[in-house]
Amino acid sequence: MDHGYISYSVFFICLGMEIILIGLSHKTAPVEIREKFSIPGDQAEDILGRLAGLPGGRENMFLSTCNRMEVLSVVEDREESAGWIKNFLGGVAGMSGDELTPYLYVRKGEEAVAHLFRVTASLDSMVLGEPQILGQVKEAYRQAVGNKAAGLVLNKLFHRSFFVAKRVRTETKIASQAVSVSFAAVELAKKIMGSLNDKRAMLIGAGEMSELAARHFISQGVREIIVANRTHSRALELAQSLRGKAIPFADFPGMLKDVDIVLSSTGSAHYIIHKEHLTGIIRARKNKPMFFIDIAVPRDVDPAINEIENVYVYDIDDLQGVVESNKEERRKEIQKAEEIVRQGVEAFQRWLSSLEVVPTILDLRQRLEKIRQREVEKTLTLMKNASDEERKTLDILTQSIINKILHHPISLLKHQEGKGEGKLYVDLTRKIFHLDNEEEDD
Amino acid sequence: MNIIFFMAALIIYLLGTAASLAYLVSLRRLFAKLGKFTLTAGFAVHSAALVVRYLEAGYTPITNLHESLSFFAWSIVGVYLVINVKYQVEVLAAFVSPVAAVLIILASLFPKEILPLAPVLESYWLPIHVTLAFFGNAMFTLAFAAGVMYLIQERQIKSKKIGAFYHRLPALKILDDLNYRCLTFGFPLLTLGIISGSVWAESAWGAYWSWDPKETWSLITWFLYAALLHGRLTVGWRGRRAAIFAIVGFAVLVFTFLGVNLLLTGLHAYN
Repeated sequence: MDHGYISYSVFFICLGMEIILIGLSHKTAPVEIREKFSIPGDQAEDILGRLAGLPGGRENMFLSTCNRMEVLSVVEDREESAGWIKNFLGGVAGMSGDELTPYLYVRKGEEAVAHLFRVTASLDSMVLGEPQILGQVKEAYRQAVGNKAAGLVLNKLFHRSFFVAKRVRTETKIASQAVSVSFAAVELAKKIMGSLNDKRAMLIGAGEMSELAARHFISQGVREIIVANRTHSRALELAQSLRGKAIPFADFPGMLKDVDIVLSSTGSAHYIIHKEHLTGIIRARKNKPMFFIDIAVPRDVDPAINEIENVYVYDIDDLQGVVESNKEERRKEIQKAEEIVRQGVEAFQRWLSSLEVVPTILDLRQRLEKIRQREVEKTLTLMKNASDEERKTLDILTQSIINKILHHPISLLKHQEGKGEGKLYVDLTRKIFHLDNEEEDD
Repeated sequence: MNIIFFMAALIIYLLGTAASLAYLVSLRRLFAKLGKFTLTAGFAVHSAALVVRYLEAGYTPITNLHESLSFFAWSIVGVYLVINVKYQVEVLAAFVSPVAAVLIILASLFPKEILPLAPVLESYWLPIHVTLAFFGNAMFTLAFAAGVMYLIQERQIKSKKIGAFYHRLPALKILDDLNYRCLTFGFPLLTLGIISGSVWAESAWGAYWSWDPKETWSLITWFLYAALLHGRLTVGWRGRRAAIFAIVGFAVLVFTFLGVNLLLTGLHAYN
């Protein structure tokens, strides 16, 4: 093996394939920008087609959700391609590439891999650990495969990212804690009342935040929602959209004994629910628990009500406190998840670097050399009377057989290096000769 | 021979305790499963120990403190395994395993020899009376556990200081239901236990009721639980008050079971 050949190859590695990711998310772009990229499924295929038309790109994936947009490409030269992709995305949004640039992040190589893994594992989501994103990434990948935009590298990359996401989901408790105020309220209600299936909730005041919380309660199975609001028309409107029942504002005190959860958010300057009022109600309810969620500032519910047995009152600060303590618990889980991502990136990078031509040629030679030595040894133990001359001849013979066999594959590998199908040849070579002893997991 | 099984059960309960505590700390499902499995295995081995002792002794082995404590531990685990079918409260195992382990360790400290049965106990009422009473006690023990957990969880939610227990303990509703369920099973068992004891007393001692300390304290326990059941059914007692009642009831029950035997003398003392 001559050294000239190796340095020649090393030079070419720099021209190999590179992974680049350009995107924007709720962390970098306001909704006005994000909504320009909320693209229906069929148009996403069109975008994939146009991405494929950009110079220097080999594999592409396009992901669009309400909180993020990402383009992941395997390219020849990432500096050059970054410019092309930015301009292209600007075109999609109806802006120039430069206008869009401040909202975009660009990740290259290992960082791009880590970013994709974090996104898929829902570590980069607005609601950390939410499960939809995995499905969305799978769909984006499916589209890329359908459009023949995904090749060797993206296939491996995505399968690895699904594997990482699965590990994060099963080995950490990222998704199990409520870190938004309305989720915390739902979680508390469940800790008090168990299942919410046979529970009724009443909204007093029809603000945006109580509507959001009400939707969480409905998704957790609350049986009925009752809405009371000073402006009755708004109560009717909200009741309709929540499939609940509107009652006149003045009637809410009489309704209290029939509801389990009360979400209060009126603009009243004083308490509207008093302790004296509640003691009778709780007796009438035979001590069935009640949960008051007071998100109004100034408060609607007399905090002294919390002192009554089987009644619980949480104001907005209390809920915020729960959220903080949940975040604390979760921080530990995030560390675990990040470690899983790190391992995933490492495994992927190992695979990627194995696709370089030089290490593959070295591995290939080594593998055959090992076989040769083993077989020569075996033969020599049978030929106990062989002279030194004969031994040497046998050695030379076997070596030259190997060289002859390897000549064509190696020159083909060298020839394909840096070309479109180059990685495919390397991958195939590694598989045929079983160069990666045990490809781990997946 | 029964001692070998007994010791094996002791070790398994200790393992179960370790697994349950590991679950409490880590919240890993694996430990919960392991804990439940060990508890079930411990119960099986413990049952074998009781059966073997029964065969070796020729009478139901609930006649001295060693046997009683061991049988009590067995009842608690058994009752827990039954309750667990309906109420999947994993943390309860973290209570039951250590309690079973402690009881059985206590049992191991008392004389284990099989002695000839006292003539007065030679009656088919022995297994009936004692089993009923012990199953009732086991139910009340679980009600106590549910009560303690309820108070801890309620404290957390009321005070708005969400700590480690908040995520580990089940919903207040579930703990309250569990408390109630144990009461509705435990109370009839206790009642039947007292009635069967009274009938047996008539045939053995010639009087249905003789105000022996055990009888007196059993009656006090009975009244306490009767009051709790009544409060729950008619006035709508629940939650905190019911939990506290279950805890007080259990304290009296422990005294009836242990205190009376160790501190007072009377017809029920046989060791």
